[in-house]
Amino acid sequence: MPIVKLLSENFGRREARDIRWYRDHGGYEGARKCLFELTPEQVVQEVIDSNLRGLGGAGFPTGRKWTFVPQESKKPKFLVVNADEGEPGTFKDRQILTWDPHRLLEGMMICCYAVGIHTAFIYIRGEYVRPAEILKQAMADAYREGVLGPRCLGKDFTLDIFVHEGAGAYICGEESALLESLEGKKGWPRLRPPFPAIEGLFACPTVINNVETLSHLPRIVVNGGKWFAEVGSPRNGGTRLFCLSGNVKRPGVYELPMGTPLRELIYEHGGGMLDDKALKAVIPGGVSAPVLAAKEIDVPLDFDSLIKLGSMLGSGGVVAMDEDVCMVRALQVISHFFAHESCGQCTPCREGTGWLEKIVTRLVEGQAYSQDLPNLMRVAGNMIGTSICALSDAAALPVRSFLHKFNSEFEYHAQHRRCDVEERKATATPLARSAV
Amino acid sequence: MSFEYTPENLTKLQEMVGRYRVKRAALLPALNLAQQQLGYISPEVEDYVAGLLNVPVVDVHEVVTFYTLYKQRPSGRHHIRLCRNISCWLRGSESIEGYLNQSLGAGEGEVSQDGRFSWEKVECLGACEIAPMLQLDDDYYGSLTREKVEEILKNVKD
Ligand SMILES: Cc1cc2nc3c(=O)[nH]c(=O)nc-3n(C[C@H](O)[C@H](O)[C@H](O)COP(=O)(O)O)c2cc1C
Ligand code: SF4
Repeated sequence: MPIVKLLSENFGRREARDIRWYRDHGGYEGARKCLFELTPEQVVQEVIDSNLRGLGGAGFPTGRKWTFVPQESKKPKFLVVNADEGEPGTFKDRQILTWDPHRLLEGMMICCYAVGIHTAFIYIRGEYVRPAEILKQAMADAYREGVLGPRCLGKDFTLDIFVHEGAGAYICGEESALLESLEGKKGWPRLRPPFPAIEGLFACPTVINNVETLSHLPRIVVNGGKWFAEVGSPRNGGTRLFCLSGNVKRPGVYELPMGTPLRELIYEHGGGMLDDKALKAVIPGGVSAPVLAAKEIDVPLDFDSLIKLGSMLGSGGVVAMDEDVCMVRALQVISHFFAHESCGQCTPCREGTGWLEKIVTRLVEGQAYSQDLPNLMRVAGNMIGTSICALSDAAALPVRSFLHKFNSEFEYHAQHRRCDVEERKATATPLARSAV
Repeated sequence: MSFEYTPENLTKLQEMVGRYRVKRAALLPALNLAQQQLGYISPEVEDYVAGLLNVPVVDVHEVVTFYTLYKQRPSGRHHIRLCRNISCWLRGSESIEGYLNQSLGAGEGEVSQDGRFSWEKVECLGACEIAPMLQLDDDYYGSLTREKVEEILKNVKD
């Protein structure tokens, strides 16, 4: 696939944080074009034509989402930027915030103009102290230069942007929990309807978009929605930032067109597996995404192709695991995460995530009960589609995929109360082991 | 020990309150500010912030206990968060964990005897490209080995 850099061209380039540099290199031209040459309806249409989909994880078409917000509203409308990036294996929004903060601000301007919004909040996870500092500096510069504020770029359009720091809670990345958190409450997801587009922040119409989604907008406006759509695969416009980590030679963020094969990401861009070991498994979209076996890596990386495979593209966090990884242990790490992060509001999720962790831990520690594997499947089954938000499903679906695709490892743990991967490693390399 | 913002922080908070349609929305920023000032959220901080924002104390306490970044007791002068999630685990975070335990002489959640360090394991910090990684105070450090952690700790002066 050709290298197309729409989002990552400034990564690693300190000077891009400087508003003068950004403007000298075509920055804020997309926002200018919107404000001075296009109607809000035309901007929405470009975004619809672009096939841009939500890159926070759900993949919902961005232009369409905006059309759900009522055009005439007595209440103010808000934009809330989801910069809570917490899906394990995901680290792309941090790159944008760190290297190209003005691109995000420009994207926000475009969205706000299109939807008729004059106040926006960026909800950024509390751990991102340095990225937040960079972002605030960029905002101060943008206000000083009249890019933001009462007359954006000299046009009769007001936009105020505020940074709101979170305080550590994965669930606050879920959009309705994020709104609760922004209102000063604990992050308990809301029952829907009403959807945020109608009643979101402070019960007012609200657009919520991810950092990466919004950062695509300047190029979409400048080059045209159709152009952007053609970069990607059908119904999946443009590029995205794939986050590659795990046992690969070159972990990192790689911007590639939607539809790039997973194999290419791992073996060409990522340089293949560390120590040239064999690939065993890949999590393709953050730990909420069901795991793939090595033989499935010819899948094109786009939302629809991964759904067809029974997984999801999610947040674009691709985690590669080699032949020496015990899949039972890997699932324990993931199950611990969900048990820790369940907000506790719904019984199936609160109890289920706890039981999943407990049972998988028993398997790891050689304490398995005879019915543990069927019980795992049963607990997971009870968690799907039975609670308020998608965390419950996200905790359960990977369990099914691990057990299904790596069944022999789980059976071995259950029957022999030992780890076959560890045993194989111990017998295969006795010399290496005695040397340690 | 009663708590009050410094005049500077009080001004900051007043500016922040003005951003939101309801006062309560400034609760997380207010707590963040208090924690920066005192180092943790004491019961007195909860009372004080509750009074300033007209939020019941019990609601403030609920928020403080919900979010992992709020500390309810003092930590070490420097606090370390070691990522324990999948990408860091795959790249050896358990060995780093062992090293911290041993070199700081303090278990997870404890403060080292000299009061300088405390550490905890946390979920993904969004920096898996440099796994295994940790956060020391406000900064991220990655591609950790035991030697590298030793170096990082040595460079902390106070
Ligand atoms: C448990 C959970 C965690 C989520 N975490 C994030 C996150 O950290 N960042 C994000 O942008 N979206 C996250 N989402 C998705 C958001 O709910 C929402 O779909 C997204 O912010 C919408 O923006 P987009 O359409 O631009 O992707 C999460 C969803 C769930 C269910
Ligand atoms: S599904 Fe889980 S995380 Fe989501 S609201 Fe229910 S208990 Fe909370």
